[in-house]
Amino acid sequence: MLGSGIVKGFVETARNFVGSFHDPGRLVTIEYPDERQELPENSRNFPMLVYDGDDRMKGLRCVACKICEKECPPQCIYIEVERDARGKALKHPRIFDLDISVCMSCQICVEVCPFDAIKMDTAFELSTDNRFGGLLLNKHQLAKPNSYYRAIHPLEAAEVDERLAAEQARAAAKAKAAAAKAPAPAAANAVAT
Amino acid sequence: MFELFDQLFVNLKHAVVGALPEGWQVLASPLISAAAILGVFASLFALTVLVERKGLGRIQNRPGPNRVGPAGLLQPLADFIKALTKEDIVPVSADKVLHFLAPVVMLAPVLLAYAVLPFGRNMVAVDFDAGLLFFFAAGACVELAVFMAGWSSHNKFSLLGAMRAIAQMISYELPLILATLGVVMLVGSLSLVDIVASQAGHHWGWLARWWVFTPWGLAAFVIFLIAATAESNRAPFDLPEGEAELVAGHLVEYSGFKYAIFFIAEYLGLFAVSALAITLFLGGWHAPVAALDWLPSWFWFGAKLAGFIVFFIWVRGTLPRVRVDHLMGFAWKFLLPLVLWNLVVAAVWWYSRGWAFAGAGILRWVGCAAMILIPYSLLGRALYTRHGLGPRTYRLAA
Repeated sequence: MLGSGIVKGFVETARNFVGSFHDPGRLVTIEYPDERQELPENSRNFPMLVYDGDDRMKGLRCVACKICEKECPPQCIYIEVERDARGKALKHPRIFDLDISVCMSCQICVEVCPFDAIKMDTAFELSTDNRFGGLLLNKHQLAKPNSYYRAIHPLEAAEVDERLAAEQARAAAKAKAAAAKAPAPAAANAVAT
Repeated sequence: MFELFDQLFVNLKHAVVGALPEGWQVLASPLISAAAILGVFASLFALTVLVERKGLGRIQNRPGPNRVGPAGLLQPLADFIKALTKEDIVPVSADKVLHFLAPVVMLAPVLLAYAVLPFGRNMVAVDFDAGLLFFFAAGACVELAVFMAGWSSHNKFSLLGAMRAIAQMISYELPLILATLGVVMLVGSLSLVDIVASQAGHHWGWLARWWVFTPWGLAAFVIFLIAATAESNRAPFDLPEGEAELVAGHLVEYSGFKYAIFFIAEYLGLFAVSALAITLFLGGWHAPVAALDWLPSWFWFGAKLAGFIVFFIWVRGTLPRVRVDHLMGFAWKFLLPLVLWNLVVAAVWWYSRGWAFAGAGILRWVGCAAMILIPYSLLGRALYTRHGLGPRTYRLAA
């Protein structure tokens, strides 16, 4: 009969109303400043620089190879290499600036980095009262410890850590082998002389 | 004790008026009534806005406003301050006088309509012989105000919205008034106080003798509710301010406190028309069952009004806005024939009041109910299948 659909609608909204008081499945709102949603593993916002150890600057994995700077589509990364007194490059960035007002969160920098030095951060509360300087992050602001990386992207960080450990072990084994080979001729030379 | 609470406000007013010098009493009496009505219903407006926002939130599975004060209780205050402090913009090409007058003309007649409503035993500002007529006469001024607003804004959306509002309000005024006529016919008076008095007493010693408990009264009540929703521009009949197609109708060029006044007027109109529905069909300030007669009369009126407010919020949260041609078709093709037929049923009810044979009461009730339900069902089915009130078919969509 005409009007039965309206009655059905009333029942549905009444169910919503009552349910929202006791059924958490109906009241899904997360009241953001008071409570926070746990971010999913794959969430990302802007890049950060990962460092190992305790020293923010010495521990940076970045070697200032500038691959990310070249690959960055909106060109938001600016890198200058640290040089010693004789002008020799030191495999360390003197300047690493990232303009998050330009960054488009494409993650290409992360994918091209051969040193696992640049990773995506999940921090999103980045508002500032200065739209130029405030959004241009320097290397001190970008540096985040590996433990933080492990906390925000546990699966990805575990894989990276494993790979880095394997590489380190391989390098150590190589060095050991080289060291084992090297002393022999040296000893021989010593004997000869 | 009962007498004290029941007549609390009446006696309070008499005490205040009596304390004044002789010459002032004539002036003070209506002023106190007007101030009381204004104060009570303006605060009810603030409360309703909060309840509406919270309730709609819950219906839509969200918490609603909850930041201002404990559980969002001070939200009306924040809204009020916001409305007061907003810049009042008058368009350059607007008719400035009419643009200013429209909100005033909107609010004043709505407040006038409250004068004849009985809020409790002896609680009526003016016991007017033609109270019902006065109520509708005052209510009709709202249409003028809406059109003033739409015309003076010099904006095509405003004008279109106002035109729609006029068409809608005039169309629905017809079923609205005709629905009340059954009561007027049976009571034989246009005075709202008399209409409430006619619903005193009880069926079988416990159930109140409200008009809504008769078949024609129930039908008239439902039609009255639908028409009242349309009259007060509430969802699902809020086409004049349909955001999607008209931005905000006649409200487009209004801002700040003028905009707030439109909303106050709209809500006060809703309360007034709800109060009229209570007066006509729900026994005014009478208790629903004899056992609850010990509660004061103004409490029952307030409780019924609160029920109406909750119902209108529920309707707004449930029904989507109707299409404009459906809106007009619904009034003219469906409500109007039904409400006219309902008058005939009311007459049958009146003339069968003298039946005295066994089972006469049940036969009278069932017979009148069938006289309404059968045409309702037939008309509904005919319009549903033939005259485009049914589900829409989209010829161009796949």
